[in-house]
Amino acid sequence: MNFDYTEEQTLLENMVTSFVRDDYDWDTRCSIVKTEEGWKEENWKKFAELGLLGVPFEEDHGGLGGEATDIMIVMEQFGKGLVVEPYMPSIILAGGLISKLGSADQKNSIIPEIISGNRRYVFAYAEPQSRFDLFDVKCTANLDGDNYIINGFKSVVFGAGMATHLIISARTDGDQRSKSGITLFLVDIKSDGITLQNYPTIDEYRASEVVIENLSVSKENILGELGNSYEAIEEQVDLSTIAICSEAVGILQVLKDSTNDYCKNRKQFGQPISANQAIQHRLVDMMIEYEQAKSILYMAITADLSNPDERRKAASAAKARIGKAIKFVGENAIQLHGGMGVVDEYMISHFFKRATMIGILFGNVDFHMKRYIDLTQSNIQSINEDDGINLS
Amino acid sequence: MDTAFSSEDLKFQSDVRQFISNNYPKELKDSIGTKRKTGKELSREDLMSWHKILGKHNGWSAPGWPKQYGGAEFSPTQKYIFEQECARAECQYIMPFGVNMVGPVIYTFGNDEQKAKHLPGILSGDVFWCQGYSEPGSGSDLASLKTSAVKEGDHYVVNGQKTWTTLAQHADWIFCLVRTNPDAEKPQQGISFLLIDMKTPGITVRPIKLMDGSHEVNETWFDNVKVPVENLIGQENMGWTYAKFLLAHERSGIAGVARSKKALERIKQIASAEMSYGEPLIQDPAFKSKIANAELELSSLEYTELRTLAKDSAGKGPGPESSLLKIKGTDIQQMVTELAMEAVGYYANPHLGTTLSNEYVGPDYATNLSGSYFNFRKASIYGGSNEIQRNIIAKMVLGL
Repeated sequence: MNFDYTEEQTLLENMVTSFVRDDYDWDTRCSIVKTEEGWKEENWKKFAELGLLGVPFEEDHGGLGGEATDIMIVMEQFGKGLVVEPYMPSIILAGGLISKLGSADQKNSIIPEIISGNRRYVFAYAEPQSRFDLFDVKCTANLDGDNYIINGFKSVVFGAGMATHLIISARTDGDQRSKSGITLFLVDIKSDGITLQNYPTIDEYRASEVVIENLSVSKENILGELGNSYEAIEEQVDLSTIAICSEAVGILQVLKDSTNDYCKNRKQFGQPISANQAIQHRLVDMMIEYEQAKSILYMAITADLSNPDERRKAASAAKARIGKAIKFVGENAIQLHGGMGVVDEYMISHFFKRATMIGILFGNVDFHMKRYIDLTQSNIQSINEDDGINLS
Repeated sequence: MDTAFSSEDLKFQSDVRQFISNNYPKELKDSIGTKRKTGKELSREDLMSWHKILGKHNGWSAPGWPKQYGGAEFSPTQKYIFEQECARAECQYIMPFGVNMVGPVIYTFGNDEQKAKHLPGILSGDVFWCQGYSEPGSGSDLASLKTSAVKEGDHYVVNGQKTWTTLAQHADWIFCLVRTNPDAEKPQQGISFLLIDMKTPGITVRPIKLMDGSHEVNETWFDNVKVPVENLIGQENMGWTYAKFLLAHERSGIAGVARSKKALERIKQIASAEMSYGEPLIQDPAFKSKIANAELELSSLEYTELRTLAKDSAGKGPGPESSLLKIKGTDIQQMVTELAMEAVGYYANPHLGTTLSNEYVGPDYATNLSGSYFNFRKASIYGGSNEIQRNIIAKMVLGL
């Protein structure tokens, strides 16, 4: 029983930590998000050089063959720096789909390109009506000769403006909310028929509305089986959910530690405000929430993620619990910073905004609570009189 | 990261499980069953019978004690597994006052005579201990305690009042913090740690009835009680050091994760039998949501406990983070007792097993669940209130 990192994992953590410290200090980060592109392609090249783009991919394709723990290590440190380059959307989610569903040819041709940093795929799945339901797909793909013609609208696609390619989910069969009949297509983002409307998000990341009009895609660019992608989508979104939970835990640590420091330094009535018990207890509760968030992340990371029900449960438990921690730690961090908490100029509000948007990504607390309940509490249980409720 | 237990640990787990299944007394199971259905309190024999069985088996009644004192000297992981298995099987608690509290103080700070006199009885469960710490004017501010011990020749004369003495009605001995130097510069400096035989003339125990009607705690009065000087632990006026040492021991296992898990399972069973809106209560979205919430808190706490355990096993703890386990552990216990009460609807009302009535009404599973809810308000107050625990974290962890 231990929660220690292996030697390789410690090296990985040190590497990402030094990247954030040396190449991604606060001023640098602020200048990056103010550019028109909203990210720095040079950083992506640096990720490639450091091997970070290969973390989750199989060694056969030049990756590191990393597991959930390795992804957690990267995401947690990225969280501490509020790194805006689209690592999760491109490497974890889209990369995960390609690893999971790609044919040998597709994987051989695409994955090395991703790892080298030449291509960035992002997954366009959400639609205006779908909210968090991954199976709610209106976008259609109809066979026309040897090609599929795709029409539809994808909303809030993170990192699309930085991508070279998209993975688009479209319906080749079934009703709008059917789990079968969903097919994935690999497309060049510059293809005719794709129009991006790029915009900044409130937490200074970038997303796009993607309009797809008569986009023609050949059959070879189907990823996975025709009409049978839902389970893989759900799986990769679960794994990405755990990845952003890791990012959130990194952010929560900054929120908690910075607030602690601020309260020790901010003097009112001739003493640090941290001398007040009302503030001390709030800081303790923030620390407890942080520790509980980290613990449930460890639960998810060490769960048997190859078992679909365990994976679903782990992802939803972590996201729901960490979502609560985000609200508590985030809102209190702002409150205890007083006026400094609400200004754009000071870094704390940026961490709060990012954490809050992570709270929504892939489903908010209510969504994951419901999913967790559906996974765990459907059964009527019979009373066994030998079992007590003897707490005392 | 590796959350799997080693093969030795798994072997140990199966040994413990086997031992419990072969040796846990049926009479005790029956008494606990009766307590659940009727509210009837456990006798001293019931409280100690399992302890006595464990005491005859490789020191298992004292999992953390060194072998040289007859304990099991379990590793942190073994201790955790042992607690898990006992909770899983719903075993009666081992009374903490002897084994977890005064025992370690005696073998750490006591002299050879004291060790020889007291440790065997604690280990075997033949001697029942209680704790004399709190006083009416000294709760969270324990160091302000006033019970005095004045040395007269070969004994101390003790006068004063202790309160919240849990199960003192059964106790043979009490360990007490007493004031031996009222003029010390700081209140902490004038305190001594005394072992007192409860049969000594001048000691009066009066029950305090709790709001669920139970008799768990007492007032213990000392009126010119003569205590031989050889019953002083360590040095005079150094009692506060030993008391703090004891508090650190008291907190191991305080999270109660395994017991709360078991209780949640039981609530799900009750909620399957209870109906609401024409359907089993367990199908009710609002109720389901509360259960899920408790489960998530519990999962988090389980891993917080495992993280602490891993640290402890590596020889790095446990430190003040045990305060976190106390706060969240008791939060969850209270959440769970509330859910159980809520699950049974109107049948939370009957107060069974009182002197006013011998009628037993409603489903067996409903008996005394409201009593547990009311009783468990104590959890966030005892063992250092959760506010005091926050003070400890603020000072020791956050450096505020």
